[in-house]
Amino acid sequence: MSPLQEFAPIAVLLIIAVLVAIIISIISRLFGPYKPTSRKVSPYESGMKPIGSASRRYSIRFYLVAVLFILFDIEVVFFLPWAVVFRDMGLYALAAMGVFTLVLTIGLIYEWKVGALEWE
Amino acid sequence: MEAVCENIFSTLAPCLTSSGWDPSLAQFVSILLGVLLITTFPLLLALLLIWAERKVAARVQDRLGPNRVGPFGLLQNIADALKLITKEDITPAGADRIVYNMAPVIAVLSVILIWAVVPFTSTNIGADLDIGVLYFVAISSIGTLAIMMAGWSSNNKYALLGSFRVVAQLVSYEVPMVLALLVPVMIAGTMSMQGLAVHQLGMWFIFTAPVSAIIFYVSNLAETGRAPFDLIEAESELVAGYNIEYSGMKFGLFMVNEFIHAFTANALFTVLFLGAWAGPFATEVPILGFVYFMVKTALLYVPSLILRATVPRVRIDQMMAFNWKFLVPVSVVNVLVIALALKIAQGLGLTPENATDFVSNIPQTIVLLIANLVVVVFALTLVRGSVRKERLMTSGKRAEPAAGDAEQKALAATVAGH
Amino acid sequence: MLEITPNTIAFLVFALLSVGGALGVVVSTNLIHGALFLIVSLFGGAGLFVLLAAPFMAAVQILVYIGAIAILIIFAVMLTRSMTSLSEIFNRQWWISAIVAVVMLGLLLVGAILPVWGPSGTNAMLPVSDAVGTTVDLGIALVDGNQFVLPFEVASLLLTAAMIGAIVIARDNE
Repeated sequence: MSPLQEFAPIAVLLIIAVLVAIIISIISRLFGPYKPTSRKVSPYESGMKPIGSASRRYSIRFYLVAVLFILFDIEVVFFLPWAVVFRDMGLYALAAMGVFTLVLTIGLIYEWKVGALEWE
Repeated sequence: MEAVCENIFSTLAPCLTSSGWDPSLAQFVSILLGVLLITTFPLLLALLLIWAERKVAARVQDRLGPNRVGPFGLLQNIADALKLITKEDITPAGADRIVYNMAPVIAVLSVILIWAVVPFTSTNIGADLDIGVLYFVAISSIGTLAIMMAGWSSNNKYALLGSFRVVAQLVSYEVPMVLALLVPVMIAGTMSMQGLAVHQLGMWFIFTAPVSAIIFYVSNLAETGRAPFDLIEAESELVAGYNIEYSGMKFGLFMVNEFIHAFTANALFTVLFLGAWAGPFATEVPILGFVYFMVKTALLYVPSLILRATVPRVRIDQMMAFNWKFLVPVSVVNVLVIALALKIAQGLGLTPENATDFVSNIPQTIVLLIANLVVVVFALTLVRGSVRKERLMTSGKRAEPAAGDAEQKALAATVAGH
Repeated sequence: MLEITPNTIAFLVFALLSVGGALGVVVSTNLIHGALFLIVSLFGGAGLFVLLAAPFMAAVQILVYIGAIAILIIFAVMLTRSMTSLSEIFNRQWWISAIVAVVMLGLLLVGAILPVWGPSGTNAMLPVSDAVGTTVDLGIALVDGNQFVLPFEVASLLLTAAMIGAIVIARDNE
């Protein structure tokens, strides 16, 4: 089967799902009232006038979590093809993956010990 | 012609061809019909799921729940949807209009596209990709993006803060989730959804890999923002989180999306650990497989409803610590230990010759269960360590270490000294 | 010259997405928009991988690049002050990147595309789906002692080093 045939249902699903979602999201605009006032469109801040801009700086911890995530995400990407062929490979394959995981785990332990995982 | 048209669900295209249609047109029509079914089914299902959620929550809290509109209040959500349609669709001032309007569409995509690879019966699957499991992981990671877009474009502090939290939670719990689903892939030796289902005809993977099943279930609760991991919409802190500024059907899309996502996650659990459509006569009568599939998924869904009504929400630091200091280490160890156990079973010649036969699966299952025990012992050691540390921390903070225990006193003193 | 088949239409759509997205990255003055355009471009790349019969690579492209690296970029942009509205598209080093881009394009044309798909190339007539491996091939290649096991292990070192670097930078700011 050519890749196009294999993925054709997914491509059609993508197009139809986008269309359905767009139709649903403009349906309120069609049937609902539309009379925006400056009060109505101001960002919600518990009923008060918004103070300052919403785009302020955020904690570096979110960034560290994202970095840690990328690390393990890539590990997982390597894990998957390994898991598929694992049965037919020798112990060598297990050892290779063990070393790979060990290095990443050292990274995790370092982050843990240094306190980058703590949220105060 | 009768022979080809026996099962109209799986063989619509050849059926149309034999009655005189152009083959490529017939295939296109059958794909289109299947796709329309896959798109509308979850959206309608969501109405039922919301109803179930409200009913169960009501019963737990000793209320009746919706009971006015339709039998058992079943039509309540249709009324609510109609109400949402007639609501004013507001875009907040200062919002990034294009991104703001794209976010709900992408959120819905990230869930509905998964349904393309769900094996409903032994013959019905949108596309049985070689990389089915990886496709599921990849598509669900798009959901993170939709939330980030919604939170950023709303020009609202709660929305942005909420989306930061959500993204941190979603990306974190994706790691143990994927590590847990590696184990079924490893045992079956394939990433194809249908392949996984067939491999479980003999023995469901929940019996061979219970620890992975638990990790997968828990991290899925977090991935879909179910209690106790519903920090995503902590009403008391963030008002509603990333979707605070959305109104009308755009809000409806986010809400429906959340419910379908929870259901889809359970459907995936069914595929990975409960044999998907497997059950008596499921291979002979495919439509029975669909019934089994839905029943299994619904049974998995109910505990999450009761959890939501009974368990308090965790704090963000607890949520992060639970993931990175407990779930991730345990699931990494789990994968490696199971891999070793599989190799041992292979070395002893215990690998089942025929995976669809129950009896020939038993020896390997026993070996893997022992491996699971090892992982449980490791997990308990981790918990013990952190509980002891926490106890020391609290006693140190109170500056009154437990009397008589010299070691604890000394440790508490060092903690207090910091 | 080009036959209009579903394959070529799909190729054109994905190529347009990746080139258009890349253009958007370069010209948008809002860094978040730039990051979102990058995602469009990466999605086009994923589609091209599918057409090249490498669905594994396509899924990895979505999982790692769209699901993780794009998120990281958005986080990084939000950590910085006043980076969401740049007034200038060009900065002082624009000509350096222009030269690098042109040289890279030339190298790719001369070094990779002409020898393989040029008029006298080796692969001119070969359908792509025969030339690429499957997920199984990839798995074997990663952990087979005779193939790519060393680069595979070095990758783990690289990843760990990247994370330790991120921690060091983050802690300096405290």
